[in-house]
Amino acid sequence: MNVYIYILVMAVVTYFIRMLPLTLIRGKIKSRFIKSFLNYVPYACLIAMTFPAVFYSAGNLAGIIAGVGVAIILALIGKGLVTVALAASLMVFLFSFIQ
Amino acid sequence: MNKEFKHGLKNGIPIALGYFAVSFSLGITMIASGISAAEGTVMSLSNLTSAGEFAGIRIIAVGGTLAEMVLTQVIINLRYSLMSMSLSQKLEESMSLWKKLIIAFANTDEIFAVAMSHQKSLTFPFMAGLQLLPILGWTLGTLLGAVAGNLMPERISIAMNVMLYGMFIAIVVPAAKKSKPVLIVACMAIVFSCLFRYVPGLDKVSEGIAISICTVLAAGLGAVFFPVKDENENTSDTEENIKKN
Repeated sequence: MNVYIYILVMAVVTYFIRMLPLTLIRGKIKSRFIKSFLNYVPYACLIAMTFPAVFYSAGNLAGIIAGVGVAIILALIGKGLVTVALAASLMVFLFSFIQ
Repeated sequence: MNKEFKHGLKNGIPIALGYFAVSFSLGITMIASGISAAEGTVMSLSNLTSAGEFAGIRIIAVGGTLAEMVLTQVIINLRYSLMSMSLSQKLEESMSLWKKLIIAFANTDEIFAVAMSHQKSLTFPFMAGLQLLPILGWTLGTLLGAVAGNLMPERISIAMNVMLYGMFIAIVVPAAKKSKPVLIVACMAIVFSCLFRYVPGLDKVSEGIAISICTVLAAGLGAVFFPVKDENENTSDTEENIKKN
């Protein structure tokens, strides 16, 4: 089968999943429960994607633990996205020379 | 240039860098799976989703059915519908339908995360600016990975895999520091997510579904135990704070 047909199917399905809730929900939701739920969704989702998956993402476990540790510390003292992300990568990179 | 658009562009830079790195390794995987650089580039430009594309590549490589492809994409990408629900509440109320249709295209994990941590309600120019560079980074990274993947030292491309996780940490940790409910929701998400990874039986659940279930459980429990204050109450809180100060 033509690869572009697969790609088209993937793109259409993914787009509809993103588009439908965004366009079907009109205006502000009144329910306090749903408002609270949606308020917590970003944090729950990002954390569920990160842990424990991050520990399997780059082979060298010691380096990843160091990277995650440094990222948490830098985030706690208010460093920005780029700094935190680069520092985490740098730790993994440096640790890769140790093993 | 529109100020909001510019502000969005600036916020998109770190995402674009992270995307470049991740899609570079995606490009390498594509070539190894028998997908051409042109096909891979079109896939990244039209899909903008790491997990979905990695899964799609596997299905293409083994010649799976289209039904299998649809099912896999729905399962892996289900979390985006939760994100779009949240995002719908933060968009400027006057935003027209066709603008929402455009914004929906690139509501990725990272763009969503940055949009939700934005202080004000989201305008179309801001969202357009925020999405532009990451779309370019994702697409170009895939293309370069596909045509020049063997030139990048493996040590570097592996280390870059943790970059996007680093971004997630950078977004959640400050929020958890400020708000105890967010911290508790985050801890619950870790526990649920670990259950799906390590408990026999539960570990059979696909990662896409597991993430959606963890999100619904942790955010749902958060909403039960720590309902956010109504906007009116919030205003009075702010007023009190202003008076105190």
